[in-house]
Amino acid sequence: MSHFDEALSAVQAALDAGARYADARVMVRRTESMTARDGDVEDLSSDESAGLGVRALVGSSWGFYAVPDLSDAAARAAGRRAALIAAASATVPGPPIDLVPAGAGEASWASDCVVDPLGVPLSAKGDLLVGATAAAKAAGADIAEALYHIWDTRKWFVSSEGHRIDQHIRECGAGVWASVIGEGEVQRRSWPSYGGQFGTRGWELVDELDLLTHAPRMAEEARALVTAPLCPAGETALILGGEQLALQIHESVGHAIELDRILGWEAAFAGTSWLDLEKLGSLRYGSDLMNITIDPTIPGALGSFGYDDEGTPAGKRDAVRDGIWVGVLAGRDSAAVAGLDYAGSVRSDGWARLPMVRMTNVGLEPGPHTLDEIIAATDDGVYMETNRSWSIDDRRLNFQFGCEIGYEVKNGKRGRLLRNPTYTGIGPKFWQSMDMLSSETIAWGTPNCGKGQPGQVGHTGHPSAPARFTNVRVGVRG
Amino acid sequence: MSVELDLAGRVVELVRSAAGPAARTEVMVEHNAEALTRFANSAIHQNVADATTVVRLRLHLDGRSSAGSTTITGPDGLRALVDRTIAAARVSPADPTWPGLTEPTPLHVSAGHPGSGIHSGLDFGFDEATARSDPGERAARVRDFVRAAGGLETAGFCRTVYVSAAFANSAGHAVEGRTAEAAMDGIARVDGSDGVARLASGRLADIDGAVLGARAAAKARAARGPVELPPGRYEVVLEPEAVADLLGNFAFFGFNGKLFNQRQSFAEIGAEQFDPSVTIVDDPLGSRGEPAPGVPFDGEGTPRATLVLVRDGVTKAVTHDRRSAAEAGTESTGHAWDGSRSWGPMATSMRLEAAPAGTESPPAEPSPTAEPGPTAESARPLVEHVERGLLITDFWYTRVLDPKSLVITGLTRNGVWLVEDGEVTSAVSNMRFTQSYPQALGIGMVRGIGAESILLPDRWSGVRFAAPALHLASWNLTGNASG
Repeated sequence: MSHFDEALSAVQAALDAGARYADARVMVRRTESMTARDGDVEDLSSDESAGLGVRALVGSSWGFYAVPDLSDAAARAAGRRAALIAAASATVPGPPIDLVPAGAGEASWASDCVVDPLGVPLSAKGDLLVGATAAAKAAGADIAEALYHIWDTRKWFVSSEGHRIDQHIRECGAGVWASVIGEGEVQRRSWPSYGGQFGTRGWELVDELDLLTHAPRMAEEARALVTAPLCPAGETALILGGEQLALQIHESVGHAIELDRILGWEAAFAGTSWLDLEKLGSLRYGSDLMNITIDPTIPGALGSFGYDDEGTPAGKRDAVRDGIWVGVLAGRDSAAVAGLDYAGSVRSDGWARLPMVRMTNVGLEPGPHTLDEIIAATDDGVYMETNRSWSIDDRRLNFQFGCEIGYEVKNGKRGRLLRNPTYTGIGPKFWQSMDMLSSETIAWGTPNCGKGQPGQVGHTGHPSAPARFTNVRVGVRG
Repeated sequence: MSVELDLAGRVVELVRSAAGPAARTEVMVEHNAEALTRFANSAIHQNVADATTVVRLRLHLDGRSSAGSTTITGPDGLRALVDRTIAAARVSPADPTWPGLTEPTPLHVSAGHPGSGIHSGLDFGFDEATARSDPGERAARVRDFVRAAGGLETAGFCRTVYVSAAFANSAGHAVEGRTAEAAMDGIARVDGSDGVARLASGRLADIDGAVLGARAAAKARAARGPVELPPGRYEVVLEPEAVADLLGNFAFFGFNGKLFNQRQSFAEIGAEQFDPSVTIVDDPLGSRGEPAPGVPFDGEGTPRATLVLVRDGVTKAVTHDRRSAAEAGTESTGHAWDGSRSWGPMATSMRLEAAPAGTESPPAEPSPTAEPGPTAESARPLVEHVERGLLITDFWYTRVLDPKSLVITGLTRNGVWLVEDGEVTSAVSNMRFTQSYPQALGIGMVRGIGAESILLPDRWSGVRFAAPALHLASWNLTGNASG
């Protein structure tokens, strides 16, 4: 069933009410999630949401309105309301707004999916989570938890420039984690990452994670951590697992290259960026090994799509090449303000929210090494994997991360376990210290990226592999 | 009867006809109209509104449980919700710890706001004008904020939220309520330094953009030319914005009944865990003339009530929904929400009690000709007692290193100053901290509490805090702008 007509009505109503540009998205989303704890299902929810959001540009001011009603009358009313809100914005107007071209046209796109995750019997999905948590519990976890999430989203996008685009995006993922209560603290191990691994794929992704096999090891490692020595404090060589490096990319590169932040549009909440547009193309972000791409075309990665929520076709672009900053995540209006000629990174988390600049797949291209080679080449350092905490300042410079598990690295060998490993640093200094990078790339998915007001939760992808950084401060604690 | 209560009742009946009288059903219907006018670079750049009704169904059938929701509230949408939730329950694993339904229970009367609601008998101080506010009213407050900043670059938002909600279950319990919230949160910026002003209220009329804009600008001007201080332990005065972060993390990790049951929380009922000057209350019904911040019942229909979490330094309670309460062998405290099964029940209206009147010296009247300084009025008497320490406006990006000890890392934001011998002597660049929150408020660590609690919005709607300024003996700053 198509919903182009309703979107078209909303756009036309906004134009009739004075908008010089308008676009509208109808979105119908089915989601399903389950959590299990200690061998029992804890929560199961199956949800459906449908509605229309319309964006109107009146003069130099935007307005947005959304309704859950897909009738023609409601769509027209929403279009008029968006134009009315835009007119109110003119009370405190900004500079004139232009939009860079978005390649208007009719198109249809769907993500690859081998096994429809909503078609897998609930009993089979329940058995998986129950079995994984029971196995972790039996292996010594005080608390064993697991989850899966499924999103099945259909979108119909219409703009006053002639866009007619429909997309069907299916995403899912799962994870299991074990906690052991120690003396005054909690130790946790997660597989394959905390909160799970996610992608724009079918249930085959979850099958590949093999939760049942890995769950007992998570419990054993969590228990071993309780009595492990603390990660020592000091400066040393730091080797990061690919999953932790994915979050490092997300926080200290992905958010920093968001053009809305660079322009100050997020200054009061998410913050700004340390990057200055005048240095685009010349600023050294990292070492020569650092090559970051913005690529929503990667099959199966969580930040993939056919067209963004402004109708711009997905395309690959460099953000950092040979360590030099060369690209940003942009939308049609922010690109025009910045004098750039590309957009393509604007999405909303649902029909009720304004599309805004979001990461797509922002990832690190593979290096020449393997993790084993990196460890073998390290005389003295710490290896950390699996994120536990993350914090970074509002300019995306000063970060501190905690990981679930650390290992001493001495004379080229992985040694004893270390508990509560943390590391801290300043973005460009840290990236410029990257001297070894693995080729073992995985496109990690982050399904919980918060941004915007009202708040939106974004889905992003981050291809990354293990890497080594020199002279990093580790072992920060309270 | 509200539209929402009618909808809830219809869904209960639909389940009864489809699954029989043995089905145990609870339905929450929430209509949420949120409007937010956002500004940056001193212009309105995002201006949004939506009106959404969500129907949430939870049922227990033949020993198995499931849940579902929809925004499609026509007959077909409701039927589809009921059918798929029943189907999910039938193939779900057994749920032996299902805690049962809330029996018909009257809502609690707010001492400040006895009213005359249609079904509940209460109106909880609901402000109709806020619920019906228009984009022009929000834009006018933004205009006032921008003008009052006197040419400094500004950014922030003005928000209004109207919620009408109803709950019904198959045990015959049916309640309804409505609420409105207004909030403004903005910064002013100059020479790379920021200042902030933030306020929440049940009434949009209480939000004065000019007052907030002037306050943010005064802070930003005073924050210019910051010096970098070495990491270390510092005596601190936290302004209400920073204190709100403590309350939010206590709600999420400390007083969360699920984490408490799992022994992942620091909380020990009956233990002296805080300085005797500390009293923390969850206050969902409003107080002191302030309308209630939310509807008077939770997602399981349990009436909300004031809950004392800490009194005079002694931990008294944690928050529960029906499931965590059953596990702990106690009663629900009215803190269920749609994510509480997974994340645990959480307080959403936390208040740190201000110092009793008379125990703090009253703030000095500012001279009409004096340049506004960096210090919030309520923090001024505390700053006067600092020998050498930091005045911190706000915290940012705080994350938990360990949930049980509640060691948190984060950064300062929107203004930090060095205080020497009771006087602000210089602005300081932002610093990173790594600090156990309960230890920071431990016995002997609280040197003073401000005389006034300020109502502050969370950055995401639906939660608010009442926080005074706090003078603490020690805060562990672990990094500065250099790393």
